[in-house]
Amino acid sequence: MAENVEEPWFRARGMFAALLSGPVLFLFAFLLAPLAIIWGYSFGHTQGLKEIVVDGTFANYAHALNPLYLSILVKSFVFAVVTTGLCLLIGFPVAMAITFAKPQSRAWLLLLIMLPFWTNLLIRTYALMAVLRTQGYVNVFLGFLWNNLSQIMVAAHLGHLAPFQPLDLLYNNFAVILGLVYVQLPFMVLPLYSAMDRLDRSLLEASLDLGAGHLRTLFQIVVPLAMPGIASGVLVTLIPSLGAFLTPDLLGGGDSQMIANVIERQFKAANDWPFGAALSFLLMYVTFAAIALQSMFTPKGGRRG
Amino acid sequence: MPEVPPLPRRRPHRRSLLAALGASGAAAVGLSFGLDGCSEKVRLGANGEEAKLNFYNWDTYIGKDTLKNFRAATGVDVNMSLFANNDELFAKLRAGNPGFDVIVPTNEFVTRLRVADLIQPLDHAKIPNFRNLLPEFQSVVFDPGRRYSIPYTWLVLGIGYRKSKMQGVPDSWKWLFDSDRYKGRIGLFDEADDLVRLAAKYLGHSVRNVPESLLPVIEAMYIRQKKNIRVFHEDNGQDLLLSGDIDIVLEYNGDIAQVMQEDDDLDFVVPKEGTLINSDCLCIPRGAPRPDNAHRFINYLLDAKVGADISNTIMYPTPNGAALALMPDSYRQNRAIFPPKDRMAVSEYGDFEGVERTHQFDELLTRVKAA
Repeated sequence: MAENVEEPWFRARGMFAALLSGPVLFLFAFLLAPLAIIWGYSFGHTQGLKEIVVDGTFANYAHALNPLYLSILVKSFVFAVVTTGLCLLIGFPVAMAITFAKPQSRAWLLLLIMLPFWTNLLIRTYALMAVLRTQGYVNVFLGFLWNNLSQIMVAAHLGHLAPFQPLDLLYNNFAVILGLVYVQLPFMVLPLYSAMDRLDRSLLEASLDLGAGHLRTLFQIVVPLAMPGIASGVLVTLIPSLGAFLTPDLLGGGDSQMIANVIERQFKAANDWPFGAALSFLLMYVTFAAIALQSMFTPKGGRRG
Repeated sequence: MPEVPPLPRRRPHRRSLLAALGASGAAAVGLSFGLDGCSEKVRLGANGEEAKLNFYNWDTYIGKDTLKNFRAATGVDVNMSLFANNDELFAKLRAGNPGFDVIVPTNEFVTRLRVADLIQPLDHAKIPNFRNLLPEFQSVVFDPGRRYSIPYTWLVLGIGYRKSKMQGVPDSWKWLFDSDRYKGRIGLFDEADDLVRLAAKYLGHSVRNVPESLLPVIEAMYIRQKKNIRVFHEDNGQDLLLSGDIDIVLEYNGDIAQVMQEDDDLDFVVPKEGTLINSDCLCIPRGAPRPDNAHRFINYLLDAKVGADISNTIMYPTPNGAALALMPDSYRQNRAIFPPKDRMAVSEYGDFEGVERTHQFDELLTRVKAA
C-alpha cells in the first residue's frame, strides 16, 4: 500500500517540486529567515539606540538564565500546564459528545466550536473583561440575586443581608487562567474530535459486551485510542499558552506577569532586542522539548487514518 | 556619561477597545505603505509633491474635521495611522522610515529619535504660525530653538480619582505608591520609567538622574505596595476609573479630563510633590517622502482656529497661545487640564538618559512583578 501511494509523486517529480516550491519558499522567507535573524540577535548587543551588533556573545543567555527570569519562565509554565489541563478536562467530554451526536447536528456543534475564531482575540478578551469587571455582567447578576434574596428575607422578618460585595473576578491569576482556557479550548476540542471520530465503535461495543463498565471502557479503550489526539491537543494548547502575552496583559493583575510579557517589553519599552531574542529562544527550546515529548506519545506507523 | 532613561508613554486611549485594536493592529499599519504609488495614479500638488501625507498619530488625538479641512484647504489627502505608545513608534522607525511624513513623539522620544538620527531639522521659514506658540514653548530644554520639534500638546501625569470613594483629596503620590488606604482599588501605569521616576519624586528627588542608591528603596516600596495594587494598566486608566474597576489611578490629565465630561464624580489632581511634564511634538522623520506637505501640515495645525478645534476634541492642554485665546472658559479654567501654578512649578520634564537606564528600570519593574 505504501508503494501505491509513493509511486505517483515519484514519477511526477516535476509536478511535485512545482507544487512544493511555493510553500517551501514561503516557509523560508517568512518563517525561517526571520527566525534566523532573531536567533542571530540573541548573540548580539545593542549599540546606541538602533544598532544591534552580533558579536557571538552569550551574555544575553547568561542574563536570561538568572533566577529572576527562570522563575518567571517556571510560573508561565505552571499557567500553561494548568490551562492545558483544564482544557483537556473540559474539552474531552465536549469532543466525545460531538462524536456521538447525530450526524446532522454534528456539523452545527463543530461550527459552534469554531465560531469564536471569527472574532479577533482582542475583542473576545475585551468582551471577557466586560463580563468579569467589578460592575460587569457576572457581578450585576449576582448583585441582583443577592438583593432579591435580601428583600425576601426582610419580608420574612429574617433580617437583611449585608450589602452585596462585588467579586474580584478580574485582574488576577484566576482571570488569566480563565481567559487562556477560553481562548485555547477550541484548539483542544478539534484534535480530540478528529481522533475520536475515527475510533472504531465496534471496539466500544465489544468492551461493553464483555462486561467492562462505562468508565472502564472510557479509560481503557477510548483514552488510549484517542491518545494521538490528546497529545496534539495538549501541544497546540500548551505552546500558545506559554507564549500568551495579551491575556495576562489585559486580564492579569500585578502578579500575573508571564514570560511573553517580559519578552514583549524587551522589544518595545526596554528596547533590548538581543535580550528579548535570547528569552524568546529560551522559550523556543522549551517548546522543542515539548514537541519531542509529544512525539514519544504518538504511536509510530500507519495506524492513524 | 550618565545615562538615564526615559520614555513615557501614554495616551489617549479614549475608547480603550478601539485603541487597543490600534495597538495590536499596528503591525498592519506598515503594510499599507507597500501600496504607495503602485495602486493608484499619483496626484501631484502645486509644490510638485504627491498630494498626500502619511501622518502617524496617537489615537483620539486630532480634531473631528481637521484632516478633512486640511484637504479642502490644500488638496492634500492625509492618511492617518495610529500608534499606541512611543515604543511602537520608535520600533517602527528604527529599521527605516516606512513612509511617514509627520509623527508625534513625546519629548523624551524627540531626544531619542534625534540621537538616533531618525528625525530631520525643520525649516522654520515654512512654519510662520510658529509665532502662535506661547513663549515658554518656543524654546525648551530638550530642543533649544525648536530645531526638530513643534509642540502639539503638553500633559502631566497625575492622580485620577472617584471623589465619592476618597477620604479627602488624594493629593500625594503616597496614596498610589506607599499606602494601603485604597487597597485593591489602585491602578498604576505599566511603565517602568514613569513609575521609577515618580517614585523618586515622591521620595523628594528630581525625576532626572535618579541616583543608583535610591533604586533599591523604590523597588522595595513597590514590592510592599504590590498587594494593594489592583492593576498595572496599559494607558486605559481612565476607562477603568469610569467603569468602577478602580477608584484611584495614575494617568495623564487629558485622559482623565475626557472621562470627567461623562462622570461628575471623577476628578484629577497633580500631587503636591510635583510630577513629570511631557509634551507631544510634531516631527518630520528622516526619509519622509513629502517633506513640503509635512511642513504645510504642521503649519496648519498651529493655526489658531485649527488648534482650538483640536483642543476642543482632545481636551489636552495646548501650547498654542492663539488657540488658547479662542477656547471657552470651561477649558481654560479646567483644573484637570491646567493644573495649578504651584504644582507646575515643582514639576519637571523628564530626560532621555540612555538605553542602559531603560534596561535597568525595566528589570526593576520585572522584579517587582515577579516578587
